[in-house]
Amino acid sequence: MTLRWDVLAAILGMVAATFLCRAGGYAILRVTRPPPFIQAMLQHLPGAIFVAFLAPALAREGWPACVAGGAALLVQARLGRMALSILTGVAVLWIIRSLQ
Amino acid sequence: MRASPPASPPPNLPPGAFTRAGFRRGARAALGLTLGLAPFGLVVGMAADARGLSLLETLLMSGLVFAGTSQLVALELWSDPAPILAATLAALVINLRMAPMGAALAPALDRLSGLRLWGTLAVLVDNSFALMVTEIRSGRRDAAFLLGASIAMWVVWIATTLAGHLFGAAVRLPPGHPVFFASVAALMSILVPLWRGRSDLLPWCVAGLLALGAQALGLGAPWPVLAGALGGAAAGAARDRRRDGAREAGRP
Repeated sequence: MTLRWDVLAAILGMVAATFLCRAGGYAILRVTRPPPFIQAMLQHLPGAIFVAFLAPALAREGWPACVAGGAALLVQARLGRMALSILTGVAVLWIIRSLQ
Repeated sequence: MRASPPASPPPNLPPGAFTRAGFRRGARAALGLTLGLAPFGLVVGMAADARGLSLLETLLMSGLVFAGTSQLVALELWSDPAPILAATLAALVINLRMAPMGAALAPALDRLSGLRLWGTLAVLVDNSFALMVTEIRSGRRDAAFLLGASIAMWVVWIATTLAGHLFGAAVRLPPGHPVFFASVAALMSILVPLWRGRSDLLPWCVAGLLALGAQALGLGAPWPVLAGALGGAAAGAARDRRRDGAREAGRP
C-alpha cells in the first residue's frame, strides 16, 4: 500500500481539473443570467452531447458496432430495460465478431 | 424550462427539495446502467496496475477523479515520476464536456446551495446526468435523485477498478474485446429516454455530423464531442427561436 507524493500530486491535479469542469459550467450560469439563445441551447444540449459522443465512437468501430448499437437502441425502445439493452448490444457485437 | 420558470415550484416538492426518497430512487434508476460502467472500471483498474500504481493510489484516483476516459488517457501517458501537469491537462481537456452538463441541470440545482450543490456536482457523471434530465423533463426536480444515481455509479466504479487492479493480470482481455462495448451500449440506451420526438431530429443530426466532421479532420477528444454538442444545440435553439418568432408575428 504505497502512496508516492508525485502520484498523489498528479491525482489531486486531475481532481481539481475535473471538479472545475463539473462545477464550472453551472457556476457561470449561477452568477450571470444567460441570454435567451443560450437558454434555448441548454434545452437541446443533453441529447446533442450523447449523439456527438456516440457518432464518432461508432464510426471508429465500423458497421458491426453500428448494428450492435442499433440492437441496444431497439431493446431499450421496446422493453425499456437498460441492463437488458446493454447486454444485447454486447452480445450482438460478440456474435458478429465471432462470425467474421 | 429555465426560459420561463414556473411561478412556484412543482406542487409535489418544497423549494430546494433534496430527499432521502429521491436519493434512493436515483440509485435504483442507475442500477441497470452500472452494467455499462463495469467493464470500463475493469480496464482502468488493469491499466493502473500495468502502470505500476499501487492499490491505494488506484483507489484514490478512481474515488476522487471518477471520470473514466480521463483516467484512462492519463494512465496512457503515465511515467515515473508521475506526469503531474500532463495528467491535470488531460483531465481538464477530456472532462470539458461536463461543463455544459452542469449548466443544463440548472432547473434542479438552482434552489440548492453549499455542500448539497457543490457535492452533487462533484460526482456528476454522464449517465447520472442523462437520468436527471429525464427526471427534470417529467416535472421532478429533487436533486438528491442525481446524487443517488451518481453514488450508485461511484460504488460500482470503485468495486470494478479494485477488481481490475487485483485480477487484471489473470484475466487479460484484449483491448478490442466486445465486453468493452458495454459503455457505448449504455449510452445508446440512454438516448431512448432523452428523445422527445421529431423536434429533436435536427439538433441530433447536426450534432452527429459535426462530431464526425471534427473527427475526420483529425481532432482528438474532446473537440468532436464539444463541436457536435454545441453545434447541435445551437441548431435546435436557432430553429426554436425562429419558430417562436414566426408564431409571435402571426398573432393578431
